Amino acid sequence: MAIHLDDPKRLRTLRDQAHQVAMNMLRPVSRKYDRAEHEYPKELDMLAAMIDGLSESGASEGAGASGVRRDASPAERPGVRNGTNLASVLSIAEMCWGDVGLLLSMPRQGLGNSAIASVADDEQLERFGDTWAAMAITEPEVGSDSASIRTTAVLDGDHYVINGEKIYVTSGERADSVVVWATLDRSLGRAAIKSFVVEKGTPGMKVERLEHKLGIRASDTAAITFTDCRVPKENLLGSPEVDVKQGFAGAMATFDNTRPLVAAMAIGVARASLDLTRDLLGGAGVEVDHDRPAQVQHAAAARLLQMEADWEGARLLTLQAAWLADNRQPNSLEASMAKAKAGRVGSDITLGCVELASSLGYSETELLEKWSRDSKILDIFEGTQQIQQLIVARRLLGLTSAELK
Amino acid sequence: MALTRNLRPGGKHGLASGEARDPIGYAVAALSRMAQSDLLDRIGLRKQAEQTVLTVTRSGFRAATTAGRTFQRVGSSRKAGVRVPSAAAAGVFDLTPTEDEQMLVDVVGEFAAEVVRPAAADADTACAAGDDVLKASLEIGLPILGVPESLGGISEERSAMAGTLVAEALAQGDMGLAVATLAPGAVATALSLWGTEQQQQTYLPAFTGDDVPAAALALTEPRVLFDVLEPATTALRDGDDLVLDGEKSLVARGADAELFVVGAQLDGKPVLVLVEAGADGLTVEGDPAMGVRAASLTRLRLEGVRVPADAVLGTTDGATYTECVRLSRLAWCALAVGTAQAVLDYVTPYVKEREAFGEPVAHRQSVAFMVADIAIELQAMRLVTYKAASRAAAGKDFSREVALARRLCADKGMQIGLDGVQLLGGHGYVKEHPVERWYRDLRAIAVMEGTVLV
Repeated sequence: MAIHLDDPKRLRTLRDQAHQVAMNMLRPVSRKYDRAEHEYPKELDMLAAMIDGLSESGASEGAGASGVRRDASPAERPGVRNGTNLASVLSIAEMCWGDVGLLLSMPRQGLGNSAIASVADDEQLERFGDTWAAMAITEPEVGSDSASIRTTAVLDGDHYVINGEKIYVTSGERADSVVVWATLDRSLGRAAIKSFVVEKGTPGMKVERLEHKLGIRASDTAAITFTDCRVPKENLLGSPEVDVKQGFAGAMATFDNTRPLVAAMAIGVARASLDLTRDLLGGAGVEVDHDRPAQVQHAAAARLLQMEADWEGARLLTLQAAWLADNRQPNSLEASMAKAKAGRVGSDITLGCVELASSLGYSETELLEKWSRDSKILDIFEGTQQIQQLIVARRLLGLTSAELK
Repeated sequence: MALTRNLRPGGKHGLASGEARDPIGYAVAALSRMAQSDLLDRIGLRKQAEQTVLTVTRSGFRAATTAGRTFQRVGSSRKAGVRVPSAAAAGVFDLTPTEDEQMLVDVVGEFAAEVVRPAAADADTACAAGDDVLKASLEIGLPILGVPESLGGISEERSAMAGTLVAEALAQGDMGLAVATLAPGAVATALSLWGTEQQQQTYLPAFTGDDVPAAALALTEPRVLFDVLEPATTALRDGDDLVLDGEKSLVARGADAELFVVGAQLDGKPVLVLVEAGADGLTVEGDPAMGVRAASLTRLRLEGVRVPADAVLGTTDGATYTECVRLSRLAWCALAVGTAQAVLDYVTPYVKEREAFGEPVAHRQSVAFMVADIAIELQAMRLVTYKAASRAAAGKDFSREVALARRLCADKGMQIGLDGVQLLGGHGYVKEHPVERWYRDLRAIAVMEGTVLV
């Protein structure tokens, strides 16, 4: 054991593979699907097949949306682990260096898959292993305040009957199924919130519309209604018990796993901007000198240096959160720190790069303007900047949600 | 002309050169002259002078450097000195310190909490570290952390990571005292990394013995837009000697130092030069700054200082000098991390105890989020610094990583210092609480070069 924060040797091949895929498969169609919002990126099926192949061969190191599952057994191997969480974070960052919208549209790589991997029991994992699962939490009247969702699930014989409306469901139309958050009993608060896998085509589930968005246009974002939608009771993920003491922890555990992934997305798209801007500035004769004080360099070089420093910080916070998960240590705090830092830095960098590249950055000639639109969502979904700050602050200060609202 | 130039306000008292006086300005200036007059004192109209400032800072009083012990030349100046190997890199992403590092951090952390922190406020006021603190720092082996085991030190392999952790832990006690206690070690580490056999055998025994000398790694110069890679201090060849001319600022414990490593330009390249205190032409005066005051900062003047040509430490192509600059920036980053941690640890209970509008101020998002951001940016600073340090220890190129760490630690460290004061409000502005000192200390990160080294 010794402190060493370079990318692990074992995962570099995977990381570089992802980079090649991003460069050669995502980038060429990046602008196309930004313009053709709601059109299905048919190229992704080929990519998904390839990723499944890599996964079966073991070359993917377990990376991907399901890579966040934590085995119940304690460390069977001694020593420090660089496992599937780290592999997922590294490869997702590379894919988002390619295109965030397309990464979010990858078949069988939905956030719902991460949710299943996080809370499903072994039988469910087996059953839903091959599904492409979207995630439905947000409602028209409920955003960050996810404990107050209104969608209900009522047990009726062997089925739960789900009623409610969900919005902002990423891949809500394309996915095979949707993981839906619903409450068993609104009077019991957050403890009664459970997640359900609802397969596409279940009567009562209806995609109402697709949203037109600022960015990540390649990704379809659906509004879905559930009207007396009956799902088998075995589709409730985790335990059906309403444990008031455990409270929200069950469903919320998903976030500890997905937040580092979203942080990785922000890091990926931010690096795309940094790489191109560094190149464009180099062409204009502006290079960063790492040994000279920033104030004796070109203002653009100084800004680039500052952005790169923030980026490195966000990236290491993200790797830290994943590393903790790989080593079965609690990481709620670190996951939120990573998401907060990466989310805000993602916006600052992509927007800063547009400014540095002047009209080249603003125009559709380059992808810089697109990246600065894509990045914004990463400071919003899976918990906004402010939600992350709340979580970090409550933990540090030891305050309850009633004390620090 | 001389008279009118003298009447112009610009160019002194922090005034830009373009400032002009109008009639009222002249009247006020005349009043001010009177206020400064000794007459007021003689007729007993003025409050007691600030005796402490006069005696303690020694500002404006130039003195020859302390001629300390005589260093007896031993060994060959042509043979390379002893070097420790780079730390082995396992290739696994890992945030766990080695057992040795953890042990060291525990010892230093205890020292920082029990000895350094309680002494910090007085040392800041006195612009000097107390003898007890300095003595205790020797007992825990701070100066020999980077010295090879075979030369009496404790380093078996490159100790940049251990040094980083130690500097962080010390600064959690106090940055000024951390600099004061680490300064001799900076010179000892430099000798270990780049010294010839003769340089090591001549100087290191003093550092590994019981009576460790004060010593200073002097790279900073008093100029705006100072670029450490282009020192204005020159080393000119004259026969078998080098003749040094120039000025170094913010030199830690310069008045007591018995040995200096000075940055100078030789044949168009920056180099490190060993200069013993007491050399003719070497003078020192107080140079107190806004912070890091416990390190007794001084200005070092070199006027025709003669040293033998083999006093150059390391290579003459600029490579050693550049590496030294990077390693010293790394140490400053570690100091920023430790100080920022001190801020976080201090404000966390404070905002929970301090009440306003009938409840703890921590219950307000504007306050709580500030604390959250301190924690987030602090951890980012720490990780980027550790990454640079572990690469340095492993003998890899760390120029990019240390540049990013310095940028982050300078920017976010200062923000944390600022927020630390803000969170305490008026209480943060007075010396009853240490946050105002941390505010002053954290400004140093962007400014300081040299002085400390890992």
